[in-house]
Amino acid sequence: MHEQDKAPLAQAASPDLAASPYAVEMRDICKAWPGVVANDHVNLRVRRGEIHALVGENGAGKTTLMNILYGLVRPDSGEIYINGERVHISGPRDAIRLHIGMVHQHFMLIPPLTVAENIVLGQEPGGPLAVYDRRRARELVLQLSARYGLPIDPDTRIEKLSVGLQQRVEILKALYRAADILILDEPTGVLTPQETYELFDVLRALSRQGKTVIFITHKLREVLDLTDRVTVLRRGRNVGELVTREANQAEIARLMVGREVLLRVEKRPARPGPVVLRVENLHASSDRGLEALQGVSFEVHAGEILGIAGVEGNGQSELVEVLSGMRRATAGRVTVTHASGQQIGKTYDITSMNAREVRLVGVAHIPEDRRGSGLVLSDTIESNTILGRERWPRFAWARFILRLGEVALWARRLVREFDVRTPSTRLPVRALSGGNQQKVIVAREFAADPQLLIAAQPTRGVDIGAIEFIHRRLVEQRDAGKAILLVSAELDEIRSLSDRIAVMYEGRIVDIVTPEASEEELGLLMTGGRPSGASREEEAQTTGDLGA
Amino acid sequence: MFWPIFLRVITSGDLWQASLQFAALLLLPALGGVISERSGVVNIAMEGMMLIGCYVGVVVTLASHSVLVGLLAAIVAGGLLALVHGVVSIHLKADQIISGIAINVAALGLTNYLNIVQTGGQGIPTLASNLRLPVLNWGPLAQLPFLGQVLFQQNVVFYVTIVILVGLQFLLFRTNLGLRIRAVGEHPQAADTAGVSVRLIRYACVVASGLLSGLAGAFLALGVAGTFNSNMTAGRGFIALAAVVFGKYTPLGAAGACLIFGLGLALSVRLQDTGIDSNLLATLPYILTIIALIGLVGRTVAPAADGVPYEPGSAE
Repeated sequence: MHEQDKAPLAQAASPDLAASPYAVEMRDICKAWPGVVANDHVNLRVRRGEIHALVGENGAGKTTLMNILYGLVRPDSGEIYINGERVHISGPRDAIRLHIGMVHQHFMLIPPLTVAENIVLGQEPGGPLAVYDRRRARELVLQLSARYGLPIDPDTRIEKLSVGLQQRVEILKALYRAADILILDEPTGVLTPQETYELFDVLRALSRQGKTVIFITHKLREVLDLTDRVTVLRRGRNVGELVTREANQAEIARLMVGREVLLRVEKRPARPGPVVLRVENLHASSDRGLEALQGVSFEVHAGEILGIAGVEGNGQSELVEVLSGMRRATAGRVTVTHASGQQIGKTYDITSMNAREVRLVGVAHIPEDRRGSGLVLSDTIESNTILGRERWPRFAWARFILRLGEVALWARRLVREFDVRTPSTRLPVRALSGGNQQKVIVAREFAADPQLLIAAQPTRGVDIGAIEFIHRRLVEQRDAGKAILLVSAELDEIRSLSDRIAVMYEGRIVDIVTPEASEEELGLLMTGGRPSGASREEEAQTTGDLGA
Repeated sequence: MFWPIFLRVITSGDLWQASLQFAALLLLPALGGVISERSGVVNIAMEGMMLIGCYVGVVVTLASHSVLVGLLAAIVAGGLLALVHGVVSIHLKADQIISGIAINVAALGLTNYLNIVQTGGQGIPTLASNLRLPVLNWGPLAQLPFLGQVLFQQNVVFYVTIVILVGLQFLLFRTNLGLRIRAVGEHPQAADTAGVSVRLIRYACVVASGLLSGLAGAFLALGVAGTFNSNMTAGRGFIALAAVVFGKYTPLGAAGACLIFGLGLALSVRLQDTGIDSNLLATLPYILTIIALIGLVGRTVAPAADGVPYEPGSAE
């Protein structure tokens, strides 16, 4: 990927635009963190006015590269040219001066402050020592929002805005700073399909107005839909620079992963057995005391995967927490029935059980927050593979003294079976990559031989290879007759794995549809709309929402 | 026996004058706490900074024969000690609580040691009245019944404190700089990416908290006591800390809290005639502090990034 013309440093001598058509050129960028090489002689060339995709798996070094461009990270070596001129960016202030703007994956907004305050922060009318001019700030924001067709109320506090609107504020923030080069780091991860289309329209309009857009993603469809050219990174190195029109998904995926990837999950039709999980009119409050679940009802059968789709923050997290015993329900009932084949066993009411008791009756749980509630990061892989089962006679004498030899054997077995890539089971889990950390959790939960498996965002932040693996294992568990509740913000994941899809909106299940439902239809349901003539499911009694 | 004395005490100008004075003494370090925590640096070392202010103020006043020079020296000393806290917690990203404790302990030990070495254990003599911070003369206003004594016979620093209080409230909530300070305390990454220098703001705010604590020390030693005694701050810096939380991290709120604590302190002094054990009375302000913290305030929410060192662009 090296350039032909290794231009000498005195590039600034020829500021001729035709000679340097690149708005951004990064050459031989290197950056190493302790133990990881994030960028290894990476090159990136972005033409003025184009929408350029920067793709790669997690940990490929995309965000690091962009953080370098925005001045948040200092490269160990390498050169940056903006509009053909060599520049040194040692902080976001330099980047802003060079008209570079960045919309971060985790929004850089201050929740208790208003939209206007967030937008003008750092460049307030009047300068740092002046009195904050609320009217002027408001006016500036409204002008900006009219000019770019991005309507927003300047006086709302950020914490009151939907994620889509917060992203709009981020874009306005960059435009307020007169950004010509706009970096967006995985901007669609938190959006509904409709919001995504809207964002694409906005970005296309900006690019027509001459703005340069760098779009970080790992979703290949977005690359094909939106961008003009693509730079692919793998493990901190360039592996390809393509013109989008001439590329296809499989090709980009192969470059990203370094081998052929199965983009679709192969599975046979489900053969559902008796009902294992029954949720009836469930209510629960969120941490802030709001009613997060407002009468949720559904069932999951043995041998099927029920997917819960929805924009994040519509009660999915609370639902999973109640089911796994981490949150108290305020009303309603949850039961788990044991089943083997078509035979029905004992039924347990788990509504008010705690997490330990829930696990004891055969519920396994892959939590959405891998680092927070799934693993003890500083503990060894061995310890993490027995979390929650440390009192089993197999692992402890008198439920009290650990049988470390047994634990080590167990951990080694799981690591082998679930293909966790690690030199030793004695390493702290922290040392593993995100994908391997997730495999440790999956291994631990599957090995409990559960009746019901709750998988919340099971592939979040995991690379394509591990996603493929985890998806295959989930389908295997289904075929082995387990009931699986899958909660995911990735619509593609929900659609490819689920046998039925329940859509959640504002604490209710608005509908349960088949996986053949179109993306538009699902998107509409996710935002509270109800498509006409949608393919309803026959089991009408499971379409919850008794509360309304 | 109790009630008649209590009534007499509570209606006397003496009590309220003392309450306001004690409140102002607490408010200066509390304002320092507010500005530091608003920028996201936990500062529990106001006690130590105040104590250094007391000592340096007295020593420099005696050496220079000028209370003004002593006052400035006290303020600078507090600021320098705060700079140490700034370097440790902003630059070196060390634990801010530990740094604060270290500064408090060091200030106590250092002032004791220097005091003994310097005076051979005799202690510093009381300052002559021309070497003290004066009570401001308001002329006829001071003659008003009750109000005259309460409001117009206060030390000059008292009035300075009120000006600072109003100024700080305005600065934090009505100016662009205040917006930046609050942004840095809530979400330093957001402020940084918006082009605000997190380091500069945090250093400035921490140092400001030291300057204010140093001023409080000068007030106590040069205005109220007229001398230096070992550990003469007696936990005021810590009560100020409680006032910061009680006042929901706003200057006006902290002022309200300091008024209550000041009244408690004054009461504990004046009620000694009632026959209640003086040691027991001395606990009154501190008990008030605890009650205030658990009962009256409900939940106070600290700035989101309070106490968290800023790490720009950490690894993916």
